[in-house]
Amino acid sequence: MLKRIYAIFMGRNREFLRDRSSLAWNLLLPVALVFGLSYAFDGQRDEYTVGVLQAEETIDTSAHPFLETRFVRFVAYDNIDEAMLKIERHQLDLLVDIGPPTRYWINPTASKGYFVELALLQASSSATSNVVKQQVSGAPVRYADWILPGILGMNMMFSCLFGVGYVIVRYRKNGFLKRLRATPLTSFEFITAQIASRMVLIMLITTVVYTGTHLLLDTRMEGSYMTLFIVGLVGAISLVSLGLVVSARVTSEELAGGLLNLINWPMMMLSGVWFSLEGTGEILQKISKIFPLTHVLDSARAVILDGATLGDIAPSLVALVLLSGVFLAVGAAIFRWEQF
Amino acid sequence: MTIALEARDLVKVYPDVRAVDGVSFSVPEGICFGLLGPNGAGKTTTVEIIEGVTSATSGEVYYYGEIAGRRFRQEAGIQFQNTALQDYLTVRETISMFRSLYDRQADIDDIVEQCSLGDLLDRDNRKLSGGQRQRLLLAVALVNRPRLIFLDEPTTGLDPQARRNFWDLVQSIRAGGATIVLTTHYMDEAQVLCDEIAIMDEGKIITQGAPEDLLHARYGDKLINLSHGEIRRPNLEDLFLDLTGHSLRV
Repeated sequence: MLKRIYAIFMGRNREFLRDRSSLAWNLLLPVALVFGLSYAFDGQRDEYTVGVLQAEETIDTSAHPFLETRFVRFVAYDNIDEAMLKIERHQLDLLVDIGPPTRYWINPTASKGYFVELALLQASSSATSNVVKQQVSGAPVRYADWILPGILGMNMMFSCLFGVGYVIVRYRKNGFLKRLRATPLTSFEFITAQIASRMVLIMLITTVVYTGTHLLLDTRMEGSYMTLFIVGLVGAISLVSLGLVVSARVTSEELAGGLLNLINWPMMMLSGVWFSLEGTGEILQKISKIFPLTHVLDSARAVILDGATLGDIAPSLVALVLLSGVFLAVGAAIFRWEQF
Repeated sequence: MTIALEARDLVKVYPDVRAVDGVSFSVPEGICFGLLGPNGAGKTTTVEIIEGVTSATSGEVYYYGEIAGRRFRQEAGIQFQNTALQDYLTVRETISMFRSLYDRQADIDDIVEQCSLGDLLDRDNRKLSGGQRQRLLLAVALVNRPRLIFLDEPTTGLDPQARRNFWDLVQSIRAGGATIVLTTHYMDEAQVLCDEIAIMDEGKIITQGAPEDLLHARYGDKLINLSHGEIRRPNLEDLFLDLTGHSLRV
């Protein structure tokens, strides 16, 4: 069995690695995006973001005049440690506890915090209670630090979904699957070889791109590289398995492309590749949890930015394993070799 | 006489057509058996049911007396009418990959020599001509030293040289003791290669037997059989081969 899996695994690897244009695309696209976006957007969040320390999720704007300030996004936090961390990293411009007494935390090295503080003090001059200021120090999280996991995750998603989903549909359409079916190769062996091939290639590409980008841009890494590798590995399994579900029966490359895009685009928009879902509606955040990429990015950012351990990200890893199990079971159950 | 393959009452019904309608035949070990018929007669569907790549609506297939299963997959070699191979792989890698899928394995050098692929081993699959590609597909069908070989319209689209060369190849394989099941709609090909034939039309076998027996049965009083040779009018193929030769173009 292993001999057959290895033969198909190597065949697929050769096919991928010798397709120079596809290989270059997989390597160069994420690098270009990380460099381009970090150059274009580093330190350019275009709105002010203020954390409001309170137990409720909905912010009552009538509680304080400051909360009615225009062009400021107010986000509720019930955990002060989490909010303080964001102040330290310039991800929040200011954190306020309306009180009374009204207290606020600010990072004196954050330029946007300075202006939001002025707005708070202006608004508080008409309020009755005193305002208590506390300072927080810390280096900012650069856009490159934040976007790097997103770009790598997105590249992984495209590579896993199209590299397995689209390729199997092509094999089915051109008769290669039929030819394999006439051999002693089982569907389990074929699927295992496809998954293994894509896993090795995508982990290799992601590791190379991450290492190069990390060294060149000196991006932040608070956690363990091994933990990050495990996140990538478990994430890739779940995304490859999802590709398998799409390809299990489809016989048209056009339909496969459409179905894969139907999955790709919502996942890319709602998993936090480009922007944080923090402050968005509860329903949207819950929907985002059905996507494997959300768990991959949450975990990777927790490791990179917060130094999270395996224990800290265990819920996301468990979710990824469960999603992989479901996708694999469905994919294997409905897989068929032939076109009709 | 050992029966290598037996099809019993095979039926395949699609929503709008009964593609195979109660087909039964048996193939003795060591012969070349031809399944003939016009396009759409049900030959390919019948063979694909036997090969296990298409499921039958009903009927059974026996391989050396057993329901065709694991042993059949290990011992059968199959050349489909249309098969894509993996892009970017060389001829050598393609043969090697398929060979690794079997417990029974032929010697690669023997296959390469037999199929005249020696000069093409490092060539990308995508850059093969039609005849070269057919020889590679035949090589892939031989990687497991098959006892039973299926050739589904193997010479369709080949030029006369490549076709004659392919016939020689099939005859050498049969001389090695393998049983061959050939589907074709070229009658000359069947006449040269097949020991027994079955002619299909509209999903059914309409006649079956040795070619000479069938000809005698139908044209017995009109057939002229000359034991020392054959007299006939030359045709265009003779002229083409006389002018361009029999040697294979690599």
